[in-house]
Amino acid sequence: MKMTVDPTVCAGNGVCHELVPELIALDEWGFPILGTGASDRTAVEVPRAIATHAKRAASACPKLALKVK
Amino acid sequence: MTSPQYASEIRAPGKHRLLLAGSGSSLRSHEVLHGPVTRYPTARRGHVGHFIAPIEDSGLRGRGGGWFAAGTKMRAVAESAAARRKAPVVVANGMEGEPRSHKDAVLLQRSPHLVLDGIALAAATVGATATYLAIHEGSPVYRTVATAISERRNAGVDPVPVELVVLPPRYVASQESALVQGVMGQVAIPAWGKRPFEQGSFGRPSLVQNVETLAHMALISRHGADWFRAAGTRDAPGTTLVTVGGAVQAPGVVEVDTGTTVSEIVSRAGGASSRVQAFLTGGYGGAFASASFADARWSPELVASAGGVVGAGVLVAIPASACGLLETSQIVTWMAAESAGQCGPCRFGLSAIATDFELLAAGQADPHLIDRLHSRLGVIPGRGACRHPDGVVRLAASALTVFAADVGMHLRGHCNRSAT
Repeated sequence: MKMTVDPTVCAGNGVCHELVPELIALDEWGFPILGTGASDRTAVEVPRAIATHAKRAASACPKLALKVK
Repeated sequence: MTSPQYASEIRAPGKHRLLLAGSGSSLRSHEVLHGPVTRYPTARRGHVGHFIAPIEDSGLRGRGGGWFAAGTKMRAVAESAAARRKAPVVVANGMEGEPRSHKDAVLLQRSPHLVLDGIALAAATVGATATYLAIHEGSPVYRTVATAISERRNAGVDPVPVELVVLPPRYVASQESALVQGVMGQVAIPAWGKRPFEQGSFGRPSLVQNVETLAHMALISRHGADWFRAAGTRDAPGTTLVTVGGAVQAPGVVEVDTGTTVSEIVSRAGGASSRVQAFLTGGYGGAFASASFADARWSPELVASAGGVVGAGVLVAIPASACGLLETSQIVTWMAAESAGQCGPCRFGLSAIATDFELLAAGQADPHLIDRLHSRLGVIPGRGACRHPDGVVRLAASALTVFAADVGMHLRGHCNRSAT
């Protein structure tokens, strides 16, 4: 399962970070950083153990920028 | 038939190919020099035209900045089109959004038909039913290119006539996913998650190639892959255009074999006009490199291993009299303003580092500025719809290293150089 954020849609509400801090950090401007990859930090693999939280975060995103597939 | 003189000149080592003297911008002068324009038969739907073979064998890599294998890209578009049962589109990128690059304009001005030949070849190879050539508003080559296109239309040489598209002159409009949107009349800003070779203009698989790449393709189809490989390095063969600027006697565009040393490229531009302290390589989204970079060889991998970026072929000599931090501050400020403003890290991050550099260059840095700047440079990349922020971060980070001594001076409130 993979979580992605469309950075052109994201408005930096930060709800995702509240719900899955394990996967999503916020920068100083309030925009999400997914995982720790160097070249692409708009996508991260979701561990099975927190899949429910990840899905909840995706459905709570006010801009629907966050997707879990 | 071409002249014996042409045959010897086009094969001479270390000579011009794209910028061969006497090419002229008219269809007639073009055909007199390079021989008649080939009427390429369009590939059958769902197939790749056989003209792809010499392009793949030549090892030609894209000259727009990415240096991606041109043949591989064409094959990907043709295969994507077959899988989707959609006719592809060819978009020739002559936008040249990088302010320090002039190679595309020089090429289009001197040999527009070489580029248009390449578009015809690419279109036939992937089976495209629409072709576009994109330049920016205010481009100095508009008239030349428009004339060349109508000449070919009147002569009926291309099965798929090229349509000229003029787009706003913004930096990010040159980016592939932005360009395919611009071509279809939408705002030319980068898109996230849509790959042009799958879903480009009008939802059709789109082949986006830089105009220099297309011109090389036109020559490869005339002279063969072995001819192409006779110049340049094994990994990035051929000649390439470099825009040389800054502290050189004769700034302008030169054509060199890949693998040529930076010092040789500088002497091709008349030599240095004053002592050179560093180089700006690859343009505003590239990297600064120290003076020892003069020994580096000009190919993507060799330049990268020497701390530079070839990108779209930009080499600027920074004179010892210039303040590298002030230069960086001006570039980063400009690039921040060129952000499309779609992605948070680019919109807010670039202006934040622009402010940091402005304070640093002015000798007004607070004690935390350097730490804050490093942390910002670490946080921004890899998070946008395009690589615009990544390029700016790379340039800014390289400035802190290459101009490290100046950073120390500025933190103590001094600068002993003046701006260029």
